This record gives sequence, structure tokens and C-alpha cells, in this order.
Amino acid sequence: MSSTTDTPIETPRDEVREAEIARVCAALGSAVIDSLVKPNDDMWIRVSADAWRSTGETLKTLGYTYFGFISAIDWLPSPYGRGEDDPTAPPVERSTVIKQGYAGGDTRFQVIARLVQPFTTLGINIKVDVDDSLMAVDSWSQVFAGANWHERETHEMFGIGFNGHPDLRNMYLPTDFEGHPLRKDFPLLARMVKPWPGIVDVEPLPGDDSEEEGDAS
Amino acid sequence: MSLLGDRQQLAYIAAQAADARVNVELETEGMTLNIGPQHPATHGTLRIIARLDGEQVLWADPSCGYMHRGYEKLTEVRSYPQVTALVNRIDWLGSFANEVPFILAAEKLMGVEAPSRAQHIRTILFELSRIANVTLFLGDLGVQLGAVTPVFFAFRDREYVLNLIEGATGGRFHPNFDRIGGLKDDLPAGFIDETRNVMKKLRGFCDQIEDLLFGNEIFQSRTRGIGVIPKDVALQYGMSGANLRASGVDWDLRRDQKLPLAYDKVDWKVITHPDGDSFARCWVRLQEVRESTRIVDQLLDTIPAGPIMAKVPKIIKVPEGEAWVSTENPLGEMGYYVVSQGDMGPFRVKIRSASFNNISITPWLLKGVYVPDIITILASLYFILGDIDR
Repeated sequence: MSSTTDTPIETPRDEVREAEIARVCAALGSAVIDSLVKPNDDMWIRVSADAWRSTGETLKTLGYTYFGFISAIDWLPSPYGRGEDDPTAPPVERSTVIKQGYAGGDTRFQVIARLVQPFTTLGINIKVDVDDSLMAVDSWSQVFAGANWHERETHEMFGIGFNGHPDLRNMYLPTDFEGHPLRKDFPLLARMVKPWPGIVDVEPLPGDDSEEEGDAS
Repeated sequence: MSLLGDRQQLAYIAAQAADARVNVELETEGMTLNIGPQHPATHGTLRIIARLDGEQVLWADPSCGYMHRGYEKLTEVRSYPQVTALVNRIDWLGSFANEVPFILAAEKLMGVEAPSRAQHIRTILFELSRIANVTLFLGDLGVQLGAVTPVFFAFRDREYVLNLIEGATGGRFHPNFDRIGGLKDDLPAGFIDETRNVMKKLRGFCDQIEDLLFGNEIFQSRTRGIGVIPKDVALQYGMSGANLRASGVDWDLRRDQKLPLAYDKVDWKVITHPDGDSFARCWVRLQEVRESTRIVDQLLDTIPAGPIMAKVPKIIKVPEGEAWVSTENPLGEMGYYVVSQGDMGPFRVKIRSASFNNISITPWLLKGVYVPDIITILASLYFILGDIDR
């Protein structure tokens, strides 16, 4: 290896992240609700929704200048399970208890962003709860130019608004498309009408009567 | 796109054009130019709507979505081993490279590490897919500028690499070869010698392209100083890969990140260029193919013996947790944010693909350029449609 980057040894690397998260939390002050460091892995913080935009600005001044991504997570367990139900059978009752991920959360939707310090590749995942009645957080598009498209995509896929975004047009879907495809309660129609053949990992051989659509030649 | 969508878009275009008028004293006429989605100069179905003033672009707006396949939704109904078949198709020119970060993320959540032989072979295949990807770029680049010859060389030499990938994995384009805990198979007999030959041929190809294209005066005048991206803008937009290194940022995830891959066992260097223009982006990619052939050559010498598969349960259930893994893919940083809730399949996967961020700079970058430069800039940014739309 030609470069002179530090050869990561288990414990010191850990301290790097601990120190880093302490620095970040000190700079952000009361905005941080929860934080988590996984040793030799990654950092997570959760900030309050009011401080979402200022969090981005503060982190940028702290050296997190590389914009990774913005997206959202819908924590509701899918009412359709893994889409492996028999469409002809009566619907299955499923739990609707929300299990939150790292750094906790109080709402069904969370927006997650990732920023990285270039050169050290020290990244931080920032989460923010999205209030169910507001369904919007502040936009980062003025802070990180790259956030523009990511917020458009998140808005389209989850129906989460971004206050102050210049132009929340749809990215992929037609303008009159109804629904938000990445929400858990948006059904994957292909799985609703026909049982998923991938439940069994073995494909039926030609000549088996289970699949008729294969060509006969 | 539906009628309503088109109409809204036209209204948006008109509003944008109204307050952006340059060259008023020359009385040029404004016009809206639609490039794509099916246009020979946009490799793939990227549509660009450009508002022109004479020959100059007032603003340009790429319109994506013609290739949207909803992989993030589909991963939620697949099991972990099945996801690799999907993500193969994100960047279809370097498909093996798409599997690696996802598998690494799943391995991280499970606490599994692939044996060193598997890591080694992974790295070789990773670099082979980079070569397969970028050689096509180098050939295609000529076509965008009116030079037809390089593309034939590129397709010829890329075929050797695809044959290698096919020989090892069974799939030319979609290997689906990476497994949680290792690889599906060991390398076939004769792979090492054949790969050495191909690497030699590819270095020849790089010399040829450098001679034919990069030394060409027309090529230089069409790319030098065109589409300059400064360092801080590139970082802000989250550009990655060769596009970022061409802006003078010395950052390569292969070197700077600790991942269970074999990059730290070989001697290679990260290529950067200070200019940030179209030429720099093309040049960095060309040099990176050379470096890749060097990496592969060295890795071939040092493949350790041992198993290619760690001990993993037959039915894979990934423990609860969240993991982010990104690798330096042919197009740039490709990462997966995997959320697991202890199920057979992921709860949510955010696919952070390189081209999406790389192309999101185009409205900024194309402002003020001339029409023919749109094509060279887009070509030099190098995107794969599947990598934008996912």
C-alpha cells in the first residue's frame, strides 16, 4: 500500500470515534437527542426536528463537507409481510408495533442523512424524527447542494416534505402518480396478484405442470 | 411522462427562462431543446431539457426516471442472498462491484468475515469489473466526440475481460457470484495465466487509447477547460470516484477505508488531477484502468490458499441492526444503508449510487456552456442510467 494512512488497530480507532462524537455533540448542544457509536464501525446521532437544518450547517463547519445521502426510513412493519402470502388466502394479521433502530426515535418516519469527513472517511449518520401531522422537515438543499435531488427523491418515495426546498418535483414517477412507493403500507402489486415463485429456491423443471408460461420448445 | 407532467414541466421551464436572460443586446432568441430520452448522444434514457439562448445554455434540467425499477422496494421482499441478483443490474457494466458493498454490509451485521482467499478473489473480480466498465467509457468517449475508431478497440478488449468474468462466475454481465461469507465458487483452472495475458492486452489498449484519443488535438480542445468542477463544489454535491479525484481531491475509498478486501496487500497509487475539467475526468479514468491492471497482476501472484467460504448457516437470518458500507465502484462511491430487523430479508435498504450524485451536479455545471459541450460534459461525468434511477 503506497499511502501513509494509519493502519487501523482496534482500540485507537474506537477512541477516534468516541472523541469525534463528543466533539459533534458539544457543537450541536441540546439539539442532540441521542447518539451511538459502534466501535470500529460508524456513528449515529439523532437530532430534534427544529435543529435539523442548523445541524447540517454545524456539521459542515466541523469538517463534514462530503455529502453522502439523504433518505428516510418507514419504521412501520409492513402490513403485507414479505410479500409471500398466498393472494387467494384470507389476509394475515400482523403486528403493527414499531421497532426503532439505532439512536432511537418516536415517530413512524425518520429522515436519515449521512455526511463524511473527506480523507478520514469518518462518517456520521444523522437521524431526525418526522412529525406525523406535519410530515415535513427543513431542507438541506441550501446547505449541501447535493441534497436537492435526494430530498426530491425522498419526497416522492415517502411523502415527506422539505421546507425551503426550491422544487420538489417528482424525480422518477409521473406527476399524477398517487401514493408513496417506499412507504411500508404501499403494496407491491406484483406480489399481491401472484404468489412469489422465489419462496422455494428451486425452479420447476421444464415439463413440470406448475408453470405454464415457459416456451414449449 | 404523462400529459399533466409535461405541462407542468413546460410551465416550470417558462418560469425559469423568464428571469434568466443573457445577451439581451444581441437579440438572440430563446429556445427549449429537448435531448433524449432516446438520443444517440445520451447513452441510456437520460432526458435533458435545456433552455438555450442562442448557442448558450441558460439552464439545463436532467429528467430521470425512465429506467426506474424500484430496487429499494424490491429488496424489502427479497431474502439477503436474493438481493445480489437485483443489485447486479444497478451499474450493469461493472455488475460484480455492485454486489460487494451489499454483501459486506450483510456480513458486518452478521459478524461474519470472508476467508482471505475469498477476499482476494473478490478484489480481483472487483477490479476486473472496473476495467470492464471503464474500458467501455474510454471507447464511448470517442463516439461522443465524433471519433468512431476507439469504440471498436474498447469493445474488442472489453470482451477479454468479460470472458474472464464469465469463466470465473458463469455470467458475462450479471455474475451474481458474491455470497454472504465468501464466494460461490473457486477460480477455474487457467484463470490466473489467462488473466495475466488479458491484463497485458489491456495495458496495450490503454496506450492505444492514450495515443489515439488523448493525444488528439480535437479531443483536447473539446475537453480542456470545459465543465470545470471546483473541489468544494464536487464535495458538496457528493460527487465521488474519478469525478472527484479529477477535481484534485485525493480520496479513494479503496485506500482510505478499512474493508475486508485485499487492497492493502498491493502496491498501487491513487490518481488525481488538479484541473477538474472534462479532460481531467477522462484522463483519471484512463490511468485508473492502468492501475487496476497493476492491482490485478499483483493480486494474482499472492492469492492465498484456503477455503472460499466462511461458516454461515444455510438459512441466513441477519441480526437486528443498521450498517453502512460503501466501496469505490467504477462510477464512484456506491453504498448500502441496510436496516435489518432480524428477518430473512432486509427491512430497508437505501442504495446510494454514484451516478445519482454525479449527475445531480448537471443543472449547475451545464449553466452557460455551449450546446456541443453538453455532450462532452455528460460523457466525461460518465453515468450509467441504471445507476441513477436504480
